[in-house]
Parts: sequence; structure tokens; C-alpha cells
Amino acid sequence: MDQNNPFKILNEDGATKEIKPADVTGELKERIESVINSDQLVLFMKGNEHFPQCGFSANTVAILKHIGAKFSTFDILQDMDIRQGLKEYSNWPTFPQLYFKGKLVGGNDIITEMYESGDLKDLVNS
Amino acid sequence: MTPMQEVEQLIKNNIEDAHVEVSDLTGTMDHLNIFVASDIFKGKMLIDQHQIIMDILKEDLKDKIHAVKIKTMTKEKYQNL
Repeated sequence: MDQNNPFKILNEDGATKEIKPADVTGELKERIESVINSDQLVLFMKGNEHFPQCGFSANTVAILKHIGAKFSTFDILQDMDIRQGLKEYSNWPTFPQLYFKGKLVGGNDIITEMYESGDLKDLVNS
Repeated sequence: MTPMQEVEQLIKNNIEDAHVEVSDLTGTMDHLNIFVASDIFKGKMLIDQHQIIMDILKEDLKDKIHAVKIKTMTKEKYQNL
């Protein structure tokens, strides 16, 4: 990868890079777990909370802000290993992914449904 | 059988008491809207409920189906809708 190319992320096709569950071990697994456990609420998303790069990620951020949750974000577009590794680690194929106390809560559909039912607010306040 | 009918059958084969509704979201039969009501979801978090469905569809999701929108609930909740 050309370190001088600022567009390297955009040029790299993450979908062609296959990481199997067996590969999510050792250093990658430790790295994934350290990010998941870095805060009570961690959102793995495309972009960051100020500049989401995808409508689903933007929607999840808006919901979390609306219920007044304190959360950290991780931009998966900046880290292809985490992006592919996390899909296998959690057996969940899409982003965003929200983790609460180290456990996957869901993607945008689930977060939206839990927001509407009030369950999300109860969870983050628990 | 259409992909929608196949998915409906596949889910019913795996979840005995399932009430399943599958529709085509885009007209291309590869973006499917899936609704499942079953008592196996009782007491489970939504993520776990969705993962049960994702696991059943795992092989089909690799080629036949591009994306799914899932909604799950218990039979009890479905009957009180």
C-alpha cells in the first residue's frame, strides 16, 4: 500500500479481502476486543460522529445523540483489518455496529427499533 | 419457487412454529423484507433474534440474496398487534 496516497482507503476494495473466523485470532482479536471494551458504548461506523460517511451510520449517531448517550466511535473505513475482522468476530455482516459493555447490540435496524420502543434508552442507562 | 418462497420455506423448516412473511423490496428478488413471529424469540435480545434468521440464510446470502431487512417478534406480541 502506498503510504503517500491519501486516497488509499478509497482505492482499496475491502470486499475482496477475505478474513475467515479462524483468522480472527491473536493480535487482530486482541485489537478488536480492546476497541470494543474501550468505552461503555462503542459505535463502529463509516466515518465519525461529525462526518458520517453513510446514511445508516448517520442515523445511528443521531439516535444516540438524541437519547443523550455518551459514546465513542471507531471509523472502520480507516482500518480494513478491523472492518473485515469484526464481521467475522461478531458474525454480523454490516455496519454500523453498536457495542454496549463489550456485547453487540445491533446495527441500524435494531437500534432504530429499540429507540422507538424505548428499550435503547433503558439499556444505555442500565 | 421464487427466492421469496424459498426463504419462507427455509425459515419454516428451521423454526417449527414460525409465522413467516417475505416480500421483494426492490423488484429484483435479491433485496428481501423478512418478517418472522415465533416463540423461540421469547426472552432473547433483538440482536440474537436477528442472528438466528441470519444463520439460517447464511448460505443464500452468499450469492442468491444481496440484502435483507429483518423484523422479528414473539407470537404473543404478533397476536396482540
